[in-house]
Amino acid sequence: MDLHSIVMVKQVPDTANISGQVMKEDGTVNRAKLPAIFNHEDRAALELALRIKDEHGGKVTVVTMGPPRASDILRECLFMGADEAILISDRKFAGADTLATSYVLAEAIKKVGNYDFVFAGRQAIDGDTAQVGPQTAEKLNIPQITYAEEILEVTETSVKVRRKIDGGYEILESKLPVLITALKDSAFPRPFKAKRVMAYKNSKTLLELEKLAEGNSLLYTDQLKEEYQSKHLYIQTFTMDDLKLDEARCGVHGSPTKVHKIDSVVLAGGNQEMVEPNKAGISNLIDKLMEDHILG
Amino acid sequence: MANYFLDNTDLVYQFEKLDLKEVVELLEDNYKQAEKFNYAPVNYEDAIENYRKIMEVVGDIAANYIAPRAASIDEEGAAFKDGKVSYAKGTREALDILSKAELMGLILPREYGGLNFPTTIYMVAVEMISRADASLMNLFGLQDIGKTIAQFADEIQKEEFLPGLASGEFTGAMALTEPDAGSDLQAVKLTAYQDENGKWFLRGVKRFITNGNGDVLLVLARSEPGTKDARGLSMFVCHRDDTLIVRRIEHKLGIHGSPTCELQFNDTPAQLVGAKRFGLLKYVIYLMNRARIGIGAQSLGIAQEAYEEALKYAKAREQFGKSIYYLPVISNMLIEMKVTIEANRSLYYSTCVWLDKKEKYEDLVDGLKAAKKPFADANEKLKHANKIVSFLTPLSKFFLSESANKISYDSLQIHGGTGYMKEFSVERLTRDARITNIYEGTSQLQVVAATGGAINDIFAEFFDDQEKKEYKGNLIKLLDCLKEMRELYKDCLKYVKDKKDSNFQDVAAKDLVEMYGYIYTGFLLLNEANTRQQKVFTARRYILDSLSKARKNAESIKNELYSDVLHADTILI
Repeated sequence: MDLHSIVMVKQVPDTANISGQVMKEDGTVNRAKLPAIFNHEDRAALELALRIKDEHGGKVTVVTMGPPRASDILRECLFMGADEAILISDRKFAGADTLATSYVLAEAIKKVGNYDFVFAGRQAIDGDTAQVGPQTAEKLNIPQITYAEEILEVTETSVKVRRKIDGGYEILESKLPVLITALKDSAFPRPFKAKRVMAYKNSKTLLELEKLAEGNSLLYTDQLKEEYQSKHLYIQTFTMDDLKLDEARCGVHGSPTKVHKIDSVVLAGGNQEMVEPNKAGISNLIDKLMEDHILG
Repeated sequence: MANYFLDNTDLVYQFEKLDLKEVVELLEDNYKQAEKFNYAPVNYEDAIENYRKIMEVVGDIAANYIAPRAASIDEEGAAFKDGKVSYAKGTREALDILSKAELMGLILPREYGGLNFPTTIYMVAVEMISRADASLMNLFGLQDIGKTIAQFADEIQKEEFLPGLASGEFTGAMALTEPDAGSDLQAVKLTAYQDENGKWFLRGVKRFITNGNGDVLLVLARSEPGTKDARGLSMFVCHRDDTLIVRRIEHKLGIHGSPTCELQFNDTPAQLVGAKRFGLLKYVIYLMNRARIGIGAQSLGIAQEAYEEALKYAKAREQFGKSIYYLPVISNMLIEMKVTIEANRSLYYSTCVWLDKKEKYEDLVDGLKAAKKPFADANEKLKHANKIVSFLTPLSKFFLSESANKISYDSLQIHGGTGYMKEFSVERLTRDARITNIYEGTSQLQVVAATGGAINDIFAEFFDDQEKKEYKGNLIKLLDCLKEMRELYKDCLKYVKDKKDSNFQDVAAKDLVEMYGYIYTGFLLLNEANTRQQKVFTARRYILDSLSKARKNAESIKNELYSDVLHADTILI
């Protein structure tokens, strides 16, 4: 059975490496100073898709919405084994919140079409909203399974997934197509494959080819595109026009979420209280924590 | 994310300095392979870009996946139970990821699933893997077994063994050593005999066989009954099967992840590789030389990690109100470690490039001969390269393995009492380093192998050319030091030759080889310093230090320090 998976991936700032230079005085992040990485949970999602392909045949397409430099992670997807990669990029997408992002992604997925699975990481480490996956499923009008821990069984028409819930797990079965968001530990991502790294190291998106052409008066984007396509090194690129999108629903215009204010919160200890190391003391402590909604 | 390639500026520097143009052109058959394989390079720049990308992948896997498993691999070690050998969990995981990343056939031909890289690039990878876990190198570094098969076996054998080795499905072993044939491989006894149908079988015992439990074994065996020397030995290849018994594995000081097996061949079916009687003389020599080169990279990797650990610890550890890094005695030790590593790396990759050249000239000469074309020019190049490799290979192994011991020793010293405990990795590095100057030929044997090149002053022309170059500022003084070392060397060489005492010559050989090695490495560093400011410090420290060592060596010879060896029986009572 040939199964087609589309994986939504995102390039994110490497928040694990935040140094002094990265935080601005107002408490926001200076993204230019942060190295960009492949969102870990998205990489796990890609691994799940690749395993389905390994086991059942078919193909894996990855899509990302982002600035031109997000092309880097698309190449990384090709290095891991993705068959096709698509960059969705347009200046008009800037400032998109989860609603606008899921609109664009859903339209791109519809354009690709013919899919059995849509995979995504549970959430991206920069926004931590975990909304894009579910919103995309809604717009595609397909079922969704979030917080996937393991894919238990795949048939031509259905999938069985163990998903994480508070204090345990549940097992869900869904018909295909389905959208699944993956937790980081759902699959340890495979390494880059040496042969693919060498074969696809020079693959480029349209935006990168445009940049090449800009820097050299002898080069034309159309010619470059043709040349790269003939060498199988062209990474498909969708702009707003390619997707025939409603501009009012894209980017900052289509985003009801507005950042009101960012505070840099410094947590400092206040008063302290002694807890007696006995049953009654612990019991009092738990009551107090529950009152303060820290527990429960 | 840490990366053992990108984070190691000296390794990247040496990588960028490599001149492999001639080698890669020959290796890639003028880039014709690109028509058949979409991952083959289209020109030299593309090839280098390929190597760089793949070294980045290796650097990532080594730093983030393998290094974190090294301590548990050391603790768990390879195990032997009910006749079966099993790797530590971390070893299995590491081999699995390296196979998935398609890195187990770096130097094998593409037709069999390999990447067709030059040996030099493979060794960059081996250095990084060794830094992450020295014991894993003993498995990752077995790619030379495939390379030897690719070089000398027939087409059917290549089809049978190489794809599995390239994919990582098979691991290999080279079964050479026997209880009574260690350094002296001519004494190998394991018997190879043929049945009435001409099929070969092996019978006998091998000892100290790294990864003897591997799936594909290259075996040195006596195929000519009644012979006693190297001319009766042939090389065989076989699969592991039930006739091949692992009797035990050794309990070792270090490299615990690598199983060292005693093997018993009970009429094990095997295939002859290449021609009879050339087993040791041609094929095993080829394999051993490459294995020696591999130990160089392993030594370098261990030394690098020991230095990094020492540096990290010295910066973090506070005593007397400041970090001990700022104590001149400590920073001096660190500088010595760093300079030694950089000098060794320079020597090492120069050795690797010469090995690559030599092997490619061999192929070139063979090709020209087969095509009945004139090959005199290529043959000249080959002879020259051969001389250099025959000297640099043992020299590198000698210098780098001894340094790995010294550097891990010093690193442990900087750690103080803490370093003696298991909590830090330096005690493991110290144990792992200890084998490097023993196996694949002890340092003492490397000296023997390097002596000929040193005595014949094979770099005379190279040194003369270097002396004629223009050097900037302070480097002129360093050039003078190297000139002085050359004079000292010539003087000592004459003295030792004139003495005509073979006992004295045997012992003094070490002093001579060292001096000659210092001069060669010194010139490499002087060159680097001439174009790279940062290397001026390296060159200065190395050359001044080498000069004082060379003077000491010269004193030992001139004062006939070793003349008492004749009286060993009187002294050693």
